[in-house]
Amino acid sequence: MAAGTTSRRTKGGKLIRAASLSYLGAMVLIPLAALGYESVEPGGAAFLKAIRDPFAQHALMLTFVTAGIMVVINAIAGTATAWVLVRYPFPGKGVVNALIDLPFAVPTVVTGLMLVALYGPTSVLGAFLTRQGWDVIYQKPGIILALLFVTYPFVVRSVQPVLLEMDRAEEEAATTLGASPFTTFRRVILPTLWPAILTGTALSFSRALGEFGSVVMVAGNRPLETKTGPMYIFGEIESGNRHGAMVVSSVLLACSLGVLVVLNRLQQRGGEHSHGD
Amino acid sequence: MAIEPQTRIVANPLRFRPRNVGRFLLTATVLSWFGILILVPTFALVRGAFAGGITPFRDAVTSPDAIAAFKLTLGITFVATVVNTIFGLAFAVVLVRQRFWGKTLVDGLVDLPFAVSPIIAGLMLVIVYGPKGWIGRWLEAVGIRVVYAWPGMALATIFVTLPFVVREVVPVLREFGIDQDEVAYTLGAGKWTTFWRVTLPSIRWGLAYGVTLTVARALGEFGALLVVSGNILGRTQTATLYVHDSIESFNTEGAYAASVVLAGVSFVMLIGMETLRKRVDWHERPD
Repeated sequence: MAAGTTSRRTKGGKLIRAASLSYLGAMVLIPLAALGYESVEPGGAAFLKAIRDPFAQHALMLTFVTAGIMVVINAIAGTATAWVLVRYPFPGKGVVNALIDLPFAVPTVVTGLMLVALYGPTSVLGAFLTRQGWDVIYQKPGIILALLFVTYPFVVRSVQPVLLEMDRAEEEAATTLGASPFTTFRRVILPTLWPAILTGTALSFSRALGEFGSVVMVAGNRPLETKTGPMYIFGEIESGNRHGAMVVSSVLLACSLGVLVVLNRLQQRGGEHSHGD
Repeated sequence: MAIEPQTRIVANPLRFRPRNVGRFLLTATVLSWFGILILVPTFALVRGAFAGGITPFRDAVTSPDAIAAFKLTLGITFVATVVNTIFGLAFAVVLVRQRFWGKTLVDGLVDLPFAVSPIIAGLMLVIVYGPKGWIGRWLEAVGIRVVYAWPGMALATIFVTLPFVVREVVPVLREFGIDQDEVAYTLGAGKWTTFWRVTLPSIRWGLAYGVTLTVARALGEFGALLVVSGNILGRTQTATLYVHDSIESFNTEGAYAASVVLAGVSFVMLIGMETLRKRVDWHERPD
């Protein structure tokens, strides 16, 4: 597309390119390289020691487990939400559709405070739940709840357009041939939807691995109990153990990048050409 | 034309009658889930903020610390938005219209900030721009302090919002193509005239959407700012840091009041986002 046009604006174009690339380098590439280099620079033994720290391991484990639980719930809830929004009429649908993105707009700290306001020990609901023995805030369920809130739009927004585009002839054929609604969903609809569900799920998971603002407000920050990976990193920075923070950061970042790279590969293999030129 | 979800598919009520109960139950379940997960906590926050009536809320919002925090947030958001709009536009033009070695890699690198935890973003910036950092030590030598000061906070905000404008402008620019630019250029318009009068108007909704996302994210950034602002007592606070520090110091009223203001602003941003997204969709499908 660009082949014929680059010649006439070579000089200006090159200048803009050089400026943009330098900016990207200074803002993204150098910080990334710095993190990678500084975390392995003291040597492999130091790296392994930092990663084998029981506090670090527990924090990472907690992050993966809570993100994993969240992802399962959100895959189902998000798909159901998209389904209802596309297929079923109900009053106030436009408003609900617009409000789905609310978690992306609200600052994460505010999200955390919202959950504390609702489920915290000083609220009516929170006090009731505590009496039943179901502590939410400052416990693991609070972390999962915060993750569910901040990642809710991902699955909905990836499944919705696919459902909109979907041809309903196959479904109708299946129904006509006597398939139950469940069978139709499992055998006809789900195969079309699953790449979109997977995309939304992967984005949620990647986001959840790094979530901090909402989690720090609801988690209570107890080491070996409710301290997640990002909270551990912050704690180590605060207490001066920068190398420990960097090692756990590298691991966490590698995981969330890995998820996105695998997703990208799967999408390309699925025949979606994102680069049209 | 934009096709609304509710008008696109009109189910035949006769055919699906046996499933109406199931349909109602699923709708009710989804709406309850959405309500409990998203809406009820929002109301709980507002209720908490006005628990003592309107006067304590007003006092909390207009306290000098809160005002200073909101001013800093606005300033940083402004700087980050301007920088990322200029950069985003330039970068989108480079990505769509130029060919160069390593383009795919660069394309991926632009999205990187989305995959980085805010805390890790802050840590990266401290490593590079901190007083003993890779670049920071040189800046420190000439008397420029970045981290633990407001330039570091601006830098952190720029980092986390970097991809938005690029990501929104690239598809509309690609869609728009090069033909009209060529026509303008052939008719004797200069490069800048072509850009201002032809290219920019045609990508304006995509650009506006990207800018809105940038502003919304910049207003709410927290983790990266927490790291680069350091653990200083009475540090310069943005609005989100003010909320966090207020909770830590048991100034619950202040935290709730500032949160409600932030939530209100983000709600306005959300309305802007929804309006613009429809515009972008409308312009991207000109049939």
